[in-house]
Amino acid sequence: MEVLVFMVVATVAVVSAMVVLLHKNPVIGALFLVTNLVCIAVLYLLLDAQFLAAIQVIVYAGAIMVLILFVIMLLSLKREEGIHAGSAQRFFGALAATGFVALIVRGILPISWRVASVRSDFGTAEFIGRRLFSQYFYPFEMISLVLLVAMAGAVVLAKKKL
Amino acid sequence: MLNVQGYLVLSAAIFVIGVMTVLLRRGAITILMGIELMLNATNLAFAAFSRQRGSAEGQIFVLFVVAIAAAEAAVGLAIVIALFRLRETTDVDDVNLMKW
Amino acid sequence: MRIDLFSFLATLVKIAAVMGGLLSVPAAMNWVERRVSAWIQDRVGPNRVGPFGLFQPLADALKFFMKEDIVPGHVHKAVYILAPAAAVTAALTAFSVIPFGPTLTLFGREIALVIADVNVGVLLTLAATSMGVYGIVMAGWSSNNKFSLMGGLRSSAQLISYELAMGLAVISVLAMSDTLRLTLIVEQQGRLWNVFLNPIGALIFMIGSFAETNRAPFDLPEAESELVAGYHTEYSSMKFTMFFMAEYVNMATSAALFTTLFLGGWHLPIPGIEGHLSGNLLAVAGILSFCLKVAAYMFFFVWVRWTLPRFRYDQLMNLGWKVLIPLAFANIFLIGGLVALGVPGWGGQG
Repeated sequence: MEVLVFMVVATVAVVSAMVVLLHKNPVIGALFLVTNLVCIAVLYLLLDAQFLAAIQVIVYAGAIMVLILFVIMLLSLKREEGIHAGSAQRFFGALAATGFVALIVRGILPISWRVASVRSDFGTAEFIGRRLFSQYFYPFEMISLVLLVAMAGAVVLAKKKL
Repeated sequence: MLNVQGYLVLSAAIFVIGVMTVLLRRGAITILMGIELMLNATNLAFAAFSRQRGSAEGQIFVLFVVAIAAAEAAVGLAIVIALFRLRETTDVDDVNLMKW
Repeated sequence: MRIDLFSFLATLVKIAAVMGGLLSVPAAMNWVERRVSAWIQDRVGPNRVGPFGLFQPLADALKFFMKEDIVPGHVHKAVYILAPAAAVTAALTAFSVIPFGPTLTLFGREIALVIADVNVGVLLTLAATSMGVYGIVMAGWSSNNKFSLMGGLRSSAQLISYELAMGLAVISVLAMSDTLRLTLIVEQQGRLWNVFLNPIGALIFMIGSFAETNRAPFDLPEAESELVAGYHTEYSSMKFTMFFMAEYVNMATSAALFTTLFLGGWHLPIPGIEGHLSGNLLAVAGILSFCLKVAAYMFFFVWVRWTLPRFRYDQLMNLGWKVLIPLAFANIFLIGGLVALGVPGWGGQG
């Protein structure tokens, strides 16, 4: 049952990523990227990472992609050129990409991992929260600083007159 | 039972698609979307390993990557907007004033 | 995870019941809205179709089915057709974690009256409402029409701004309840509803819910006098009906969420009466109480719409970012402080 869900969701994820690569209209690409992000959120659920799945949908699919869509629509971006390459280039490019994935797969497949059994509260908000506020406290505070700097930087960069 | 290999192969596939998007497409925002694809692929790998080892580090790292991706998307889009105001285009091949 | 036939069937029945209830809300609200707005405006409202105009929603539904479904030539067809479906789906999904009653006992088995008792329930609802933005954005963009685009962008900007304030108000409730599971949050309000312990948070959540559902006074994106009909200008008949339904289902979901987080969920409004009821009688009373509270909040929605004037867009954004968010942060500090000091009543589960 889980394998079936994984197969379906993985296929949808790869197909929507291909649409992002190939489609000429950036809005369609953005909408399919949203599909991809929601598929990844479902995969997080399969991996017992419930908090991460919710955060993925709320932050990535619900905020970052909305931001990207806003910018596309505000700049009225039209259909782009797509992949700018001759047919021979396309063929060998696709071949090279497939070869790269095959290389990675060849490195991964022989290894057999022993999957640990996890506690019942693995992946819940409390699980992550406890570690975030004790063990990983410094990175947590640094992230808040990074977000503040990014916010200020984005406002300054996008202003019409400084 | 968790098949870690499945998740890793999927992560590799999405990562390669993201790399191709960054290398082959010319629109600045499409390139940003390719970067998001790459980040998501690595997040998936982190989450898969976190489950395999039963430790929290992978998931905490994913959280930080998501936060950084948000910051990077905001700043990247601001740069694209500023560029568009200057050059009226988001085609990255046209941003070549520093080429000799 | 074992899924046996009984719980599977029970879940299916619950899904059917909730969807049936939610999808009939727009029809009922149509009549309520027109009647109540008429009374507020000192006129009569629809009273011809059936006694007190009660069959008016039927007549409206018939009209919507009979109208010609026009797909204009200049729209981007795929996204145009997908947009209303996305809007309704996001609105319906958010209801899947909301508990609408205590446990029901049938055939010797206990059924929890919630479709999915997830341990990150609150986050799931926030996630589903975040996805509701896409229906509007897709509708505005695919219509290939400047008014629709502006309406869509304004609406989505408004939605994501007030989502923040709502999320922060929810965090103040989580500080008190120490859990993300909605069923536990409802159970903890057995003695005192959260609205009395956290009134500022309730107010912020209420204002946020008005903005999230594009309801007056925050309905500039659909303002008839300004943007034609905003993002659903180019839509007719069935697709327009779906947007209409999506808006009312969103209202019902916001009402249900407010009820769950602040008004004690399915707890009966009369203090002390729950000790005398038990078993299935309590369950039925709980469901009725929940429906009553949601209905009261929906009436409040209608009441405010026809009482307050509309906000200008910059006033709206100002309110969302410069007033509600600092207020929500201050509220989190206040509630967090009360919980940390162990003041009785705010002590949470401890």
